[in-house]
Amino acid sequence: MTQALTVQNLTAHYGTTKVLEDLSLSVGKGELVSLLGASGCGKTTTLRLIAGFLEPTSGTIRLGDKDLTRLPAYKRDIGLVFQNYALFPHLSVLDNVAFGLKQRGVASADREKRAKAMLERVGLSPLADRLPGALSGGQKQRVALARALVIEPPLLMFDEPLSNLDAKLRVDMRVEIRQLQRANGTTSVYVTHDQEEAFSISDRVAIMNAGRIMQFDTPEMLYQRPANAFVARFVGFENLVPMTVSARDGETVTATTQDGSQLKLSQERFGAIPDAFVLAARADGLSVSTDAKAEGIPATLGLRTYLGRAYQYQSETAAGQLIANGSLSAPLEPGAKAKLVPVPDQCCVLLPE
Amino acid sequence: MMTSRINPLLILFTVVVYIFLMGPLIIVLGASVSDTTYLTFPPQGLTLRWFENIFEISAFRRTIITSLELAFLATGLALLVGIPAAYALNRYRIKLPSWLSTVFVLPILVPEIVLGFSLLKSVAVGMETPIFLTLLIGHMLLVLPYCVRVVSASLASFDFSIEEAAVSLGSPPVKTFFTIVLPNVRSGVIAAFILAFITSINDVSTSLFLTGPGISTLPIQILAHVEQFFDPTIASVSVLLMLLTVAVMAIVERTLGLTFLAK
Repeated sequence: MTQALTVQNLTAHYGTTKVLEDLSLSVGKGELVSLLGASGCGKTTTLRLIAGFLEPTSGTIRLGDKDLTRLPAYKRDIGLVFQNYALFPHLSVLDNVAFGLKQRGVASADREKRAKAMLERVGLSPLADRLPGALSGGQKQRVALARALVIEPPLLMFDEPLSNLDAKLRVDMRVEIRQLQRANGTTSVYVTHDQEEAFSISDRVAIMNAGRIMQFDTPEMLYQRPANAFVARFVGFENLVPMTVSARDGETVTATTQDGSQLKLSQERFGAIPDAFVLAARADGLSVSTDAKAEGIPATLGLRTYLGRAYQYQSETAAGQLIANGSLSAPLEPGAKAKLVPVPDQCCVLLPE
Repeated sequence: MMTSRINPLLILFTVVVYIFLMGPLIIVLGASVSDTTYLTFPPQGLTLRWFENIFEISAFRRTIITSLELAFLATGLALLVGIPAAYALNRYRIKLPSWLSTVFVLPILVPEIVLGFSLLKSVAVGMETPIFLTLLIGHMLLVLPYCVRVVSASLASFDFSIEEAAVSLGSPPVKTFFTIVLPNVRSGVIAAFILAFITSINDVSTSLFLTGPGISTLPIQILAHVEQFFDPTIASVSVLLMLLTVAVMAIVERTLGLTFLAK
């Protein structure tokens, strides 16, 4: 039976190095949550702690109403899919899938029946008698998936399962993983460094850095409403412009950049704007305008690149180099003076770091 | 049709190498069937009486049995220590200091004569252990490095996440070692066994110090025999040892294929 996972105040050390700090995470029944971050951010450590391969310094891990924190790994009943597949090289595909059932004392005939049914679901029935060495990468990962699913675990965890596959197969496999996970309603934790992969298949994503969760939210919220500069940069907000509020008039706030140029922002759109903040925008969120009356950040345009839907300019401003998009109808030359006008729907207001 | 020219010198070189490799074996084989009372080649006459002679001399009979017992026991014990050691050295490679694996190679870094002499002084004389036990300790020390190194080489390419996969599927760690780890390093264990066994069977230097009244090994007995006699019995014993080795290899080839040794 699938269960909710609750991780509370987890802290872990490798020797004297703190690798995880006071991490809390809850995954609802049937939910797929991704841990996303660069290597060394603690995402794999978190997974290994939940799996029981590492022991936390403090904190608790609960699955449903069962406390896993000090339970040995082999008693945790968690399905695991590894980056390098980790199939048993000396066992046939069928025996690989049946392995977990065997450990649970399932009778031989029933075991074979269930393993075969699982292989059927991942489309590998014809390969049941092969050894793993004779399979392709994608097939191996399907066997690994079948092996983890056949024990009907209350929790399924993936450790960079698609990293060793080529780009096309990665996309196909992640859809397949999501479909199987949905169909079984298995609570899942998915570790990856690939943003697109995490966003495309997860219900919620925890973006991690230096052993902490920076933001834990739905992919949509993370992509559109990053909570801090780290997450903003991570999801592609290239332009972070520090600003201060110089005047407030009802819901309209006048903000000043470091070089003194002023912008009007609406609190109806951005919520309460603090006195000092950072305006975050992707290149899409800053529009290049040559209109002298436009309210924007004065810039000298640099290199122009063609994106198909727009031109993109590397622009020099008092706030440093910013990247902005301009319309296709009026290409501008390097050296031209222009203003970079924030597009409200495409910008965010963040607290300074 | 494609033909490739082969340099005649290369053919000559190859033939010479083969003669060099096989010559001694052929000479020993020839000498063992010579109907003379001294070692000679090419053989004069043809007889198998030197083979019979081996079994008529009780010292040979006894030492063959002692050598086999010793080789099996020493190799078995060395594997019992060596496999877990190799496992730990590989499994916890990052956590363990790097010099630790070198410790297991020390017995082959020390000249065998020194090893034998020190064991004589400290164990045989110092602790007054029985001769067979002293020999066993010596041989185990001698073959342990081979066991650790060869099994280690096999484990070096073993992916320990496979072990974790088994544990996550509900298999307790000790059981996992026997059902998952061991089957995947089988070839390494067999290779270690063969190397260790042959090392033990052939050892002279260490055994020389540790054999004593009533208990000796085959190579030491051969040495003793040569000091007094110069008849072809020695050649027959050698042929017997060769046949033993060929038999072991044949069994391995039949059951596993020889290529596994190269893995």
